[in-house]
Amino acid sequence: MKKSELIDQLAKDYPHLYHRDIEKVVDVFYNSISEALANGQRVELRGFGAFSTKERGPRIGRNPKNGERVAVPRKKSVYYKPGKELKERINSSN
Amino acid sequence: MKDKTLTRLGICEAIYRQIGLSRKDSLDIVQNILEKKANSLSNGDDIKLSSFGSFLIKRKKSRIGRNPKTKIEAVISERNVVIFRPSMQLKNKINTD
Repeated sequence: MKKSELIDQLAKDYPHLYHRDIEKVVDVFYNSISEALANGQRVELRGFGAFSTKERGPRIGRNPKNGERVAVPRKKSVYYKPGKELKERINSSN
Repeated sequence: MKDKTLTRLGICEAIYRQIGLSRKDSLDIVQNILEKKANSLSNGDDIKLSSFGSFLIKRKKSRIGRNPKTKIEAVISERNVVIFRPSMQLKNKINTD
């Protein structure tokens, strides 16, 4: 499922809303999650899962092509933990 | 604001403020978005959101695991798991500042 498909599916459920407003809603939805993570907040959507960021320390990496050492600076990565309900759902239907 | 966890209500508030939908509609749509995503994943259909990232379903084979506390071996049955891969955009966003 792509974003455009999600928007089209939603549009059917809300005939009283403009299509462009639904597009905006989906954008605000994902932007608020991204922004919260950028601010170091955790995002918890009960049933679906939780997003948080984890700090990865600086390390010496290697260029896999020529074996040269390269310094990799510290960085943050996004961590997603699926919710209990979602885990059950993806394992119940075949 | 800094230490608080963002939940459905926080997202609804943003939709209400930025788009002007009623809080009731906002909450309903947020719930609906999550429902449609869960539905897509449970049908084995991956979700790709260009600016945010992808949610992928992976099939894990069964394997022998061990209870770390009691050291007793147990079979971990075959199962599906959800993997989230953040987009380049999201990675850059959380790494600026």
